[in-house]
Amino acid sequence: MKPVDVVGSAVANTFRSRTRTILTVLAIFIGAFTLTITTGLGTGINRYIDQTVAEIGAEDVMTVAHQADETADDGPREYDPDAVAASGIGPDAPGAAQTIDPITDDDLVTIAGIDGVESVEPLKQVSVDYVQHEGGTQYAISVGSFIPGMELVLASGEQPDAEASEPQVAIPVDFVEPLGFDSQADAVGSVVEFGVTDATGAEQVVTAEVVGISEAGLIGTGNSASPNTALTDELYTAQATGATGQTDVYGSAIVTFDPELGEAATQALKDDLDEAGFTATTVEDQIGAFKSVIDGIVLVLNAFAVIALLAAGFGIVNTLLMSVQERTREIGLMKAMGMGSGKVFGLFSTEATFIGFLGSAVGVVLGMAAGTAVGDALATTMFADLPGLTLIAFDPVSVATIIVLVMAIAFLAGTIPAGRAGRQDPIESLRYE
Amino acid sequence: MSTPVLRVEDLHRSYGRGPTRFEALKGVDVEVRAGESLAIVGKSGSGKSTLMHLLALLDRPTSGSVELNGVPADRLRGRELNRVRNETFGFVFQQFFLTPSATVLENVILPLKIAGVGRAERKRRGMAVLEQLDLADKAKNKAIDLSGGQKQRVVIARALVNDPQVIFADEPTGNLDTTTGAAVEDLLFGLNRERGITLVVVTHDEELASRCDRRITVRDGRIEASATATATTAATGEPGRPTEEVAA
Repeated sequence: MKPVDVVGSAVANTFRSRTRTILTVLAIFIGAFTLTITTGLGTGINRYIDQTVAEIGAEDVMTVAHQADETADDGPREYDPDAVAASGIGPDAPGAAQTIDPITDDDLVTIAGIDGVESVEPLKQVSVDYVQHEGGTQYAISVGSFIPGMELVLASGEQPDAEASEPQVAIPVDFVEPLGFDSQADAVGSVVEFGVTDATGAEQVVTAEVVGISEAGLIGTGNSASPNTALTDELYTAQATGATGQTDVYGSAIVTFDPELGEAATQALKDDLDEAGFTATTVEDQIGAFKSVIDGIVLVLNAFAVIALLAAGFGIVNTLLMSVQERTREIGLMKAMGMGSGKVFGLFSTEATFIGFLGSAVGVVLGMAAGTAVGDALATTMFADLPGLTLIAFDPVSVATIIVLVMAIAFLAGTIPAGRAGRQDPIESLRYE
Repeated sequence: MSTPVLRVEDLHRSYGRGPTRFEALKGVDVEVRAGESLAIVGKSGSGKSTLMHLLALLDRPTSGSVELNGVPADRLRGRELNRVRNETFGFVFQQFFLTPSATVLENVILPLKIAGVGRAERKRRGMAVLEQLDLADKAKNKAIDLSGGQKQRVVIARALVNDPQVIFADEPTGNLDTTTGAAVEDLLFGLNRERGITLVVVTHDEELASRCDRRITVRDGRIEASATATATTAATGEPGRPTEEVAA
């Protein structure tokens, strides 16, 4: 029998007992559908993260800080009055409370001298007590670190201008109404006051113009006030009023490099900084940790879907065993007419694979339709304030992988009944009543 | 004398081991000559089906030899054996063994499909054989929709489609009424006479056996009598019809 005839016969045989085939296909469909949705979830979220990174436009900067003292094994660490709390990009960055050696002006010179560093700026950290508008209620707020080249996702208004000499700020969309503004348009162009406690414990007030309203973002920049350079400087000066030790030391510095040179060059720069005693973190590094978590969750979800598929695999075994039983005499006849055991095996395993294909194709198509519909619905309701987030997205490679995976599982399930059919003795089969 | 199509010598076939061992054939010698019709008769359990299976190379003997056209069959293995069976033999069974949901044509061309014949050629040869048997108009009908006699004619068409040297018929008329049975018999003996296809019929129907050129009776795993139809008729005292002279 030619391979094309084996496939043709197998496909025809699949539809011989329609109800049974449909039920088996349904079981596989459920698994494939679930796997499509869970994989789509991973693809969608990771794609959004990638977009976010692109939107920040900060691929060319890395945060540089002194390496944390490796004193964990040497007992308690001696107090260092100059130690500062280090922070990465954004207020929610992990490890914010770690105390490390501060970056001094000397360090900035050292870093600037390292090959591959285009420019280096100290990262001024400010902590603001409250924000208020025209003497209204005071609200606690965090102020993000300003990274050159960063682009906020704005609900209205404009990006804070890094070059402007006047202090400017973008406030999160959640603060518009509490601060007493009628609308976002009302807020843009007005002035807000930031309260800062200086080094002597006195209250300092800094005013800034609201130029933009930021959407809540995934990595936190949009959840805090985003100042321009002028405002950061003013806040920093206000905060440092009366300070004795820390005026010219910073938790970390921002290094600009050329990402066009590729991964290897970036890694070389990191290694050089590492040798000089600094830790360098790019935006991608920070987001990478986030992606690992997403990937982990998606992996667990996928595992559940695969369990469903394995259960469906037993359905295939069952269906085909019944089929082999019913077609015992037919198998016997084909073998008597000179069909080899291998071809009989091929006939039944192809049938199993075809059932797997049917289930996975239907599952993938409906999964994509349902995923897209749900993703679109959520994008306008639950995730309306995360523009650009398509929760469930699909790429051709992962979709094809699902189909191939399901067909492979179906083939493996089919080997049991197909093996039984292949081993059948033609005489016994023809005698079978 | 030309080489017989099939020759078995001192054929033994037993099933099982130890105390449950059952000897179905206890030393059988048979020759099937080209172009003859041979009836293998015997009660159920006599070993006649086992003998047919061994002749059709569906089974291997415990001891003894089977020769096909002078070649020892135990030299044939796997693929080669399958090919020989596909090209040399046609099978007609009492229970038809048609795939009920498939069309008549699909059922008929199954041996060609197994042999790996192309789609167009399969259809051409399938239709040709159906026309010979006046079944061309039924080609697209489902096998399940046919009457018993039509089904058996489809089975004969399937046995013929590969242009076999030998047709094995296991109780070909067992499931048919007398009239239809007679028509099927006429068809089989016609093929035997006109196309020289060797016919091996396994039956316990005396009348069918008496129409064959020669008959052998199997009892308890041994051949009891080998005779021409005329001799058999004389032995059983049944009115037989005169048969053509058999080359002996």
